[in-house]
Amino acid sequence: MVREALQINNPEVQRALESVCDPEVPVLSIFDLGVVRKVDVLEKHVQIDLTPTYSGCPAMDTIAMDIMTALAEIGYTAKIKHVLSPAWTTDWISEEGRKKLEAYGIAAPRNQQVDKRILIGGASELECTNCGSTNTQLVSEFGSTACKALFRCLDCLEPFDYFKCLK
Amino acid sequence: MKEQLYSYLLMLGDNSMILAHRLSELCGHGPSLETDIALTNISLDLFGQVRNFFQYAAELKGGDCTEDNIAYLRTEREYYNCILVEQANTDFAHVIARQFFFDQFQYLQLKQLEKSSDETIAAIAAKSIKETRYHLRFSSEWMRRLGAGTEESHIKTQAAVDRLYPFVDELFTASAIEKALSDAGIAMDPGTVKAEYEQETKTVLEEASLILPDAAPRFAQGKQGMHTEQLGYILSEFQYMQRAYPNMEW
Repeated sequence: MVREALQINNPEVQRALESVCDPEVPVLSIFDLGVVRKVDVLEKHVQIDLTPTYSGCPAMDTIAMDIMTALAEIGYTAKIKHVLSPAWTTDWISEEGRKKLEAYGIAAPRNQQVDKRILIGGASELECTNCGSTNTQLVSEFGSTACKALFRCLDCLEPFDYFKCLK
Repeated sequence: MKEQLYSYLLMLGDNSMILAHRLSELCGHGPSLETDIALTNISLDLFGQVRNFFQYAAELKGGDCTEDNIAYLRTEREYYNCILVEQANTDFAHVIARQFFFDQFQYLQLKQLEKSSDETIAAIAAKSIKETRYHLRFSSEWMRRLGAGTEESHIKTQAAVDRLYPFVDELFTASAIEKALSDAGIAMDPGTVKAEYEQETKTVLEEASLILPDAAPRFAQGKQGMHTEQLGYILSEFQYMQRAYPNMEW
């Protein structure tokens, strides 16, 4: 969805940007994550609008640096602008990104309704990323990074991360 | 107007920053691993929101003003946070009650600020409210859990409510700046959400078998830069690196 809206008429720049990933969830490229809002290529200079996932996410600085480096390697300079509006939502994670997350062992964000039920301690509808069982339980609303919560599977007993739904 | 907007941004940022600092003091000291991670994650979100407010303030100020100058290089009287957020961590019940009273207010405030005529404030509010909604869910759930938990957790949480609630009144007393800027459609006049705040708070407390104290509101003028001795201790730690190594960057 986000990706289609982004027109980058420069395959070289496109490839370089696709190589940049979220340092904390390295299976997701910055396009999968939906944080790239606008790319303008003017000869050898690229202007990029980037939106943060969480206000305090330290990965944003690293991502900006990685973009500069990736573009410098192919001879481009870059200017990155952080934009807050419209605010990022987990809906902007691409379909492909969701699949990659699940394969990596992080449950992709579900819609708000399911999420609410999980957090007030009701039955969980989240499938374990290891065995697929829905017999799972929230361990902690907050996890190893700002974007994750921690679950465990009551069948295979494996813990797993859940990418929190942010809307 | 620009000067007032600048001060208003400091007030918004200071509330979140001082609370974020209090939460960061608990890093490694939370009562359980999960709550430790939760409190420090909330702290991180709040610091992120503060940066947005202060970056905007620095831009307004111009010159060589930066978000770091604003955060670290003011004297005690130049911080405009409310007295509630500077209260010490003491026990977990106090940490949660302080968080709950603030989250509930901040949620209503950000909801109003999303409609601010100032585009940057509206954008920061729209970004922050998503995080604050999650914090509020966490703190109100813990209020219920502690209040309706064991006899001991109930006693401690009721004591925290009795001690902290009198500081809540300050949140709803508009400063001259809030009044002026709310007339201009930029800020929120906090008085307008007081009834909703009381209703929401009462609902959670009732479910938690807790009661609101009858005690008179505490006289508090944090918004005017008048603080309790707590802030001095916070700032001496908070500003240490910048005072010892001026202009250092992380």
